[in-house]
Amino acid sequence: MAEKVIMLGNEAFARGAYEAGCKVSAAYPGTPSTEISENIVQYEEIYSEWSPNEKVAMEVAIGASIIGVRALASMKHVGLNVAADPLFTVSYIGVTGGLVAIIADDPGLYSSQNEQDTRAIARAAKVPVLEPSDSSEAKEFVKFAFDLSEKYDTPVIVRATTRLAHSQGMVELNERIEREDKPYVRDFAKNVMMPGNAKGRHLVVESRENALEKDGCNFSINKVEYQDTSIGFITSGIPYMYVKEAFPEASVLKLGIVNPLPRKLIEEFAAKVDTLYIIEELDPIIEEQVKSWGIKAIGKEVLTVQGEYTANLLRKAIGGEKLSIAHPAQVPNRPPILCPSCPHRSVYSILNRLKIHGAGDIGCYTLGAVAPLSVVDTTVCMGASISTLHGMEKAKGKDYIKNWVALIGDSTFMHTGINSLINMVYNKGTGTVMILDNSTTGMTGHQDHAATGKTLMGEDANAVDIATLCKAVGVNHVYEINAFDTERLEKAIKEATAMDEVAVIITKSPCILLSKAPSKKQYHILPEVCKKCGMCMKPGCPAITKLENGTIAINDTMCNGCGLCEQACKFAAVKPVER
Amino acid sequence: METKNIMIVGVGGQGTLLTSRILGALTIQAGYDVKLSEVHGMAQRGGSVVTFVRYGDKVYEPVVEEGQADVLIAFERLEALRYAHFLKEKGAIVVNDNRIDPMPVVIGAAKYPENIIEELEQHHRVYKVDALEEAKKLGNSRVFNIIVLGIAAQHMNFTKEEWLKVIEETVPAKTIEINKKAFEVGYNLHS
Ligand SMILES: Cc1ncc(C[n+]2csc(CCOP(=O)(O)OP(=O)(O)O)c2C)c(N)n1
Repeated sequence: MAEKVIMLGNEAFARGAYEAGCKVSAAYPGTPSTEISENIVQYEEIYSEWSPNEKVAMEVAIGASIIGVRALASMKHVGLNVAADPLFTVSYIGVTGGLVAIIADDPGLYSSQNEQDTRAIARAAKVPVLEPSDSSEAKEFVKFAFDLSEKYDTPVIVRATTRLAHSQGMVELNERIEREDKPYVRDFAKNVMMPGNAKGRHLVVESRENALEKDGCNFSINKVEYQDTSIGFITSGIPYMYVKEAFPEASVLKLGIVNPLPRKLIEEFAAKVDTLYIIEELDPIIEEQVKSWGIKAIGKEVLTVQGEYTANLLRKAIGGEKLSIAHPAQVPNRPPILCPSCPHRSVYSILNRLKIHGAGDIGCYTLGAVAPLSVVDTTVCMGASISTLHGMEKAKGKDYIKNWVALIGDSTFMHTGINSLINMVYNKGTGTVMILDNSTTGMTGHQDHAATGKTLMGEDANAVDIATLCKAVGVNHVYEINAFDTERLEKAIKEATAMDEVAVIITKSPCILLSKAPSKKQYHILPEVCKKCGMCMKPGCPAITKLENGTIAINDTMCNGCGLCEQACKFAAVKPVER
Repeated sequence: METKNIMIVGVGGQGTLLTSRILGALTIQAGYDVKLSEVHGMAQRGGSVVTFVRYGDKVYEPVVEEGQADVLIAFERLEALRYAHFLKEKGAIVVNDNRIDPMPVVIGAAKYPENIIEELEQHHRVYKVDALEEAKKLGNSRVFNIIVLGIAAQHMNFTKEEWLKVIEETVPAKTIEINKKAFEVGYNLHS
C-alpha cells in the first residue's frame, strides 16, 4: 500500500511537482505560497531558485518549458500582477514541457495588501485554472495540470487560497515519474511573439478555450454528487468543504476546473436541481458566467465578496438558521508587531523623533505604520516607496519632500525597488532613500535573495553589494550605517534630507530572528533610579510594560538586548545584565 | 466517531506550531482522518494566532467554527478570552495564566482586562496553570507549552503512553527528556 502522510497544502503542491517529473522551479516568496519552494528544495531531482521577483520567476519557468522540460512557477496572488506580462503572452506561445503556475490567493487578508481574485486575471489571460480543495487534491491537481498543459499546449494555473495552502491533511505518496525531455525544435511562428505571429496564435488560443470548455466536462477532477435535488450547489476549492459541513444532504457539483467553465456539465446539473446556489469566495466569477447563460442561480445576493467563508456563514445565509453562538468578548486587539530588538524599530524611533514622513513599502518595516512609531505614511505595493516619493517631488517641488524619506527593505529593493531608484536619479529627483537591510526577506519567514550570498538550494553565491549598486546607477551619496548607531544615523538622515541630490542610507543590521541562540545580554530597569517618565517606552518595544502601579519593567523572556531603551533613558535607569 | 475539535491559541512566537504538530501526529497514529489549519507569515510577528485541529472518521473543513470547540488550549489568558466563544457549551479551556500585553495596551490605548480567569469560569470548565513558572522549575522556560498540552491531554481520548511516544518522535532529540518531563507535570496537575 502507498504510504500515507500528513502534509501542508503547500507541501503537497511541492510533492505533486516532484511526482509529475518537474525539473525546474522558480519563485519569489510571498505568504501564503512560500512553503511550496521551501519544500521543493528537498527534492534533488528539481532545480529550484528564489528569483528576485515573480516576473523573473515566471520567465525562468517559461524558458525551461520552451526547451522541453516540465517547469513550475509559484507566487502569491499579487505576485501574478508582477508576472502578468509574461503570463499573458506565454498563453499565446503555449508550452513544450508542461508549464504550471501555482498562485495563492488570500481571502480574509491574512497577510496581503489586497484581496484580488486570480481567476479574473487567468480569464483575461485565457489560461486554464484548476482548484483543489485539500492537501490530497493539491498534489493530484498539480500532476493533472502538467498533463493538461502538455496536452492542450497551454500554461496552467493551479489556484490555492490561504486556507488550503496552510492546512494539513492526509496525502498518499506515489513515485516520481521521470520524463524524457521533449526535443527542442526552433519554431519561429510559435515562440516569437511579434504581431504577425501573435495574430495566428490568438486564433489558436481561442480554439483551445473552446476545446477545454467541452473536454473539461469529462475531466476526472470534477465531481458530481447527486443526493437531495431540491437544493444544489456549484462550488470549488475550500468552499466545497463548507458546503459539505453545512448541507451534507444536498447535491453538489464540485468543479476541479474553474476556467474555462465546463458549460455542458453545469447546464446538466442546473437542470436537475430545484434551487441552485453558487458558492465561491471572493469575486462572482463562476456566478456571472453561469447567469449569463440564462441559468437561474443564487450567489452574491446572499453571500459576500469579502473574506473567507465558513460553514456557519452558509448555514445562516442559505439555511436561514439562527445559530445560538455566544458573543465574542470585547478585548483589545493584538496586531502583529516588530519583534524586540528589531533593527527597524531603531531606525523608526529616530524618524519619529525627527517628525519625518515615510513613503513606505512592503515588509516587516510596514509595521512601523502603527502607533507608537507611526512613521510610514503610504503602502501600495512592492517597490513603490521610491517611485511614489519621486512622484510627490515632481508634483510639489524638492522642498516639499525635505521631511520625507522612502523606506524599503533589502529584499524589496532587489525585487523592484532598484528600477525606481534608477528612475529617481535619471529624472533628477532629490529624494532620500533608506534601505533597511536586515540581510533577509523577513516578513515571509527568512528567505535568501540576491544580496544575501546564499541560494534557495543552500549554495554560496554572489551577494550583490547594495551600496556599490546604488553608486553604479548614479547615486553620489551612499551611507552605510548600523541600524543601532542612532547618533550617526540621525546625523546622516538630517544631512541627506537637506541635500538637493538623491541620497541612499543603507541601515545594516541582521534581523534578530536570524540568530538562533538567545542573546547573552539583557536589560533591566533599576526601580530606585527610574523616574517612570516612559521615555524608554517610546520606541514601542513589546518587552517593556508599565504595571498598574506605574512601575516600568522589562520582560526577561522577551528582551533580546538591543539596548534601544538604554539609549532612550535620560536617567541611566536601564542597565544591561548578563543572561 | 463524531469529529473532535481542538483549538490552540496564543501569541505569535509562542510555539503553537510545535504543539499542533504533536497533536496531528497523535491523531494519525490512532488512525483518524485529520485536518489542521495554521497561521504562517505576518500573523506570527507577535500577533494573535490560532491553530485548528480536527479529527474523526471523516473531516471536511479544516477550521473549527464558533460554538464547536471541545477543547481550547490557550498559551496566554487574553487570547483565551478572545476565543472563548468558539467553545461548545461543555467545552474545556486549558489556559496558561500568563499575561503578554498587546501593543494597544503597551501604548495606553486599551486596558488589559482584569479577572479573565474568573470571567471564563462563569461559563466554562477552566484548567489553569502558570506554565512559565512550572517550566522554569524544570530548568527550561521554553517547554511551557508542553506543560499546557499535558493538561489538555486529560480532555482527549489518547493514553499517556501514546502522547509520550509522539512527543519523543516530534521534538528535537536533545530536548526529548525535558519535554517528556514537562508533559508529565501538566498531565498530573489536574488529574
Ligand atoms: C508582489 C509581491 N510579492 C511578494 C509579496 C510578499 N512579501 C511581502 S513583504 C516581502 C519582502 C520583505 O522583505 P524585505 O523587503 O527584505 O523586508 P523585511 O520584511 O525583511 O523587513 C514579501 C516577499 C508581496 N507583498 N508582493
